[in-house]
Amino acid sequence: MTSLEVLGTGPLALVEDLGRPGLAHIGVTRSGAADRHSHRLANRLLANDGDRATIEITLGGFSARIVGGGIDIAVTGADAQPAIDGIPFGTNSVAHIRVGQVISLGTPRFGLRSYLGVRGGIAVDPILGSRSYDMLSRIGPPPLRPGDRLVVGDPADRFPELEQAPIAAITGGLVELQVMPGPRDDWFADPDALVHTAWVASERSDRVGIRLAGQALEHRWPGRQLPSEGTIRGAIQVPPDGRPVILGADHPVTGGYPVIGVVVDTDTDALAQVRPGQSIRLRWSRPRIATAAAVDWIQGRN
Amino acid sequence: MGVSAIRDYGDRALLLECSSTNEVLACAAALRAADIAGVTDIVPGARTVLVTLTDAGQQAQARMLVAKFEITSPANPVRPIDADVLIDVVYDGADLADVAALVGMDTGDVVAAHTGTLWRVGFGGFAPGFAYLVDGDRRLSVPRRDEPRTRVPAGSVALAGEFSGVYPRESPGGWRLIGRTETVLWDIDRPQPALLTPGMWVRFRAVDPP
Repeated sequence: MTSLEVLGTGPLALVEDLGRPGLAHIGVTRSGAADRHSHRLANRLLANDGDRATIEITLGGFSARIVGGGIDIAVTGADAQPAIDGIPFGTNSVAHIRVGQVISLGTPRFGLRSYLGVRGGIAVDPILGSRSYDMLSRIGPPPLRPGDRLVVGDPADRFPELEQAPIAAITGGLVELQVMPGPRDDWFADPDALVHTAWVASERSDRVGIRLAGQALEHRWPGRQLPSEGTIRGAIQVPPDGRPVILGADHPVTGGYPVIGVVVDTDTDALAQVRPGQSIRLRWSRPRIATAAAVDWIQGRN
Repeated sequence: MGVSAIRDYGDRALLLECSSTNEVLACAAALRAADIAGVTDIVPGARTVLVTLTDAGQQAQARMLVAKFEITSPANPVRPIDADVLIDVVYDGADLADVAALVGMDTGDVVAAHTGTLWRVGFGGFAPGFAYLVDGDRRLSVPRRDEPRTRVPAGSVALAGEFSGVYPRESPGGWRLIGRTETVLWDIDRPQPALLTPGMWVRFRAVDPP
């Protein structure tokens, strides 16, 4: 049986797939790969079905030895100079690794998360229908540790067709994200300040949420409490201190802070590659419409 | 039914606004029963139902499907006689005396109030299996503790705001603890891991310490 014997994990290495949809009403968030686009690309390169699990490696530093049998692998996402027995094979490409050889990742120059896929997928036991680790609820296979042995699943009947996927490189520069206004943009004195402020991803960011540093947003009704409502990844919650938090893959299922806007779904994958200290610019994806409540307020009726 | 607005929530979810918990729960139950293709999650909140969609860009279609339910599903505010779940509680919580003082009752009356009416599971959040229980005795409304505890034991029965709740597992928490239960709220190895799901009615019963 082909397995990966984990030698080193770097800061954080997690098994992830596309998460646990459909359980939010019992308090279980979707979780899954933070950068689903890169996760999917790894599976596609290896001709895996889309639901197979990969290893999400934060800031590189992961290494593992292959035992039991050779296997095709691919690394996507942040370019951490993946290598087999020290010989680099390139991000976003398929490589064959033989028994006893070691796959290792360095530290990426840009981006945050790399995805190591294996043909057949990482076959740890699913929990509530998924192999993803949810950091907030601590559900799923726990963070990897040296000595862990990860069994590889049975491959699909198809074979990899692409050897290399041409995709735009992740950079360390300004990241622009499209944001749909609302649903609670009217809870802010100047909602457009969200798109006029130069934000920086704070150190206090993880799979649960990315905190933005910058000029605090002003609540229109300080102290007014929003009844808790459901949330999704990409929702930009604004706590009383006015500093936005963009919810990540392991977000709480409900929240009591007003959501000024929601990052469009595809852009949440790019967001998952933003490093602490990196600049973020938010743009409305469509014109913001002042709601009745906002008009009342502007006209002094509230 | 009382959906007063349907708002876009990003590009793959809709937020339905309702005016009461009953409407939220009726709407969430109707949507769940309808098993609409392309819907991933139906998440009740205090006054809203979030409907998340499998794919981005399907909101217009989903909005039409959801809007139909405004007409077809009746709100059902009837309070049943029997609870769906009975939870035995030892009322010896660390904050029971404080709660009594805050609401101007003695501790026995707090217990009587907590056990005297059915509570309803309004919505989840905070932790897997945690249920915000609503529609209980309104006199039991208390603010959260100023200083949250770093460790609240699993099974702690608590109050905060208009809500009651039971901690499914040990966690930090700012709610006021009035008792404890042996009932397991969350067990990932059960076919239904969460004991309490939105819409259920719950009765608490006072028992002596084992």
